[in-house]
Amino acid sequence: MSRIAGVFAALRQEGRGALIPFVEAFDPDRATSLTLLKGMAENGADIIEIGMPFTDPMADGPTIQAAGRRGLQAGATLNGVLELVTEFRKENDHTPLVLMGYLNPILSHGVEAFCFDAAKAGVDGLIIVDLPAEEADLVLPYAKENKLDVIRLIAPTTSDERLRHVLAGSSGFIYYVSITGVTGTRTASAADLARDIPRIRTETDLPIAVGFGVRTPDQAATVVAHADAAIVASALIDTLCKENAEAVIRDVRALADAVRGVRKAA
Amino acid sequence: MNDLTPNSLRAWPDARGRFGEHGGRFVAETLMPLILELETAYNEAKANPAFQAELDYYLKHYVGRPSPLWHAKRLSQHLGGAKIYFKREELNHTGAHKINNCIGQILLAKRMGKTRIIAETGAGQHGVATATVCALFGLPCTVYMGATDVERQKPNVFRMKLLGAEVVAVKSGAATLKDAMNDALRDWVANVRDTFYIIGTAAGPHPYPAMVRDFQCIIGNEAREQLMEAEGRLPDVAIAAVGGGSNAIGLFHPFLDEPSVKLIGIEAAGKGLDTNEHAASLNRGRPGVLHGNRTYLLQDDDGQILEAHSISAGLDYPGIGPEHSWLHDIKRVEYAGVTDDEALAAFQLCSKLEGIIPALESAHAIAHVLKIAPQMGKGEIILLNLSGRGDKDIFSVANYLGTEL
Repeated sequence: MSRIAGVFAALRQEGRGALIPFVEAFDPDRATSLTLLKGMAENGADIIEIGMPFTDPMADGPTIQAAGRRGLQAGATLNGVLELVTEFRKENDHTPLVLMGYLNPILSHGVEAFCFDAAKAGVDGLIIVDLPAEEADLVLPYAKENKLDVIRLIAPTTSDERLRHVLAGSSGFIYYVSITGVTGTRTASAADLARDIPRIRTETDLPIAVGFGVRTPDQAATVVAHADAAIVASALIDTLCKENAEAVIRDVRALADAVRGVRKAA
Repeated sequence: MNDLTPNSLRAWPDARGRFGEHGGRFVAETLMPLILELETAYNEAKANPAFQAELDYYLKHYVGRPSPLWHAKRLSQHLGGAKIYFKREELNHTGAHKINNCIGQILLAKRMGKTRIIAETGAGQHGVATATVCALFGLPCTVYMGATDVERQKPNVFRMKLLGAEVVAVKSGAATLKDAMNDALRDWVANVRDTFYIIGTAAGPHPYPAMVRDFQCIIGNEAREQLMEAEGRLPDVAIAAVGGGSNAIGLFHPFLDEPSVKLIGIEAAGKGLDTNEHAASLNRGRPGVLHGNRTYLLQDDDGQILEAHSISAGLDYPGIGPEHSWLHDIKRVEYAGVTDDEALAAFQLCSKLEGIIPALESAHAIAHVLKIAPQMGKGEIILLNLSGRGDKDIFSVANYLGTEL
């Protein structure tokens, strides 16, 4: 069983949802990213999503755009991100890591080599924002060969008919983009989630994570009452900018406590 | 129209929106359903005589088509070689070829029931053309423009505002066309249900490259007919500037299956192809994915996109339309570079000899004609797409020439 499947299976037994915090690699430097990865894993992160900086992050709002720019200024490269994962894995072999990014740096590295190198470094899954189902055959065979989960985005605009098409070839979990918009802007309401999540559930047994606009412990708790995981990104980057890495880890603890406070049927 | 044989170069893209290995649909899932809906709507409209009739009506009575074909006698004499013809797209309403596409897309937006229009712009020509058709059809319009371009294209910014559009100055990156397109795509993701994105160049996710090309093919179709009337034959060379490449593909496409017609696209070589300041994605880039399509891009070894440079805001883009990338791969079109300095010289020469102030974009193509026309025989014909007028550029040209206005 993959690390990701293992975590969700264990949480199902425990009767709770997952917290997936986000770290933009090298924002503002490599050491901070490593501190955040370790601190998050020790303070209630069930899975961690690592952003791979890209010059033109079209699906991201101002917060993650700025984080990516700082990462690139600090010298982030694709190899640098994989080395960061390798170093984290020396001490932690259990927390699943999912890389999120855009296709071009992966193409530039070579898709086959990237999947091999990522798996070797200890990456568990990939979220490639600008790779819709229609183009996924570029990556799927190599990801499968290297046992990397390809996590698909589902949006409010994804029709029921299209849902089946997008879910074919998905693994790990489903990333539900809960709003039509870029990251870190609006927030989906409990009513939105109560309407949208069951629609996806009828089509898949994979766990459903909700991201884009989940900021506070209350919102994270609302999310896991409906879905299987809450992804928090922009709010943590804001904290890192205004305060420091310790404050981010404090926020992760608070988010984790809120998520753990919601009991779910096993 | 030509008959399309199975081997026609005019039959692309394929069902996946690919031109060879270029093109495709590399967008976030939120946009994907809309891209598919757009493709269906466009295919229906294209086959619908009523849509074509409506398009023809606006192109004739509002845009002022057909645009003339001008024999540039004094420039031809001055160069002492080939006979040079200008396809006068700068005489279209709003002063450039951009409106051909905007009329087509806004008619499509109306058919699809969209109530709000967004666009990106570099030089401001596409922004002005979009703001114009939005005024004509009474739709609200938001134009994304890099803050650098807002500064160097002030007249067009003011025009857009007069036409009722909201102009958003984009400050990210180098604050030019690439960044404007990023923010337009972000707006679209956030307002996908009611908003139609009028992309101004033959790039972006399928079906945009094919759709924009189709709307711009009127340039080459008219020029072909006009040249047959004037000279009784096809040109030896057809030449146009390429940024994203919409005016060039519009000129070239109707000639793709004519092997006797040499096609030349001119990239902005900025301060020189061997400097780091140019916009020559075909001559100095390699294939990658940006803004929804796979195409040649200026990028570093790690796949990060590099900033382009050109004196011309309309060419200042690190990518190019995917069909051009394919035409480059199969060597059907030759892509050459022209520097800022060469374009400036051509800008001035054309103004003095022909009484036509060309857009800096078009001046790049003219600069290449200055190089090749003297090498050609007097019986040979060059067809150049004069894609836009240069009024918008007089401030930046004055600045480069050290003249205070």
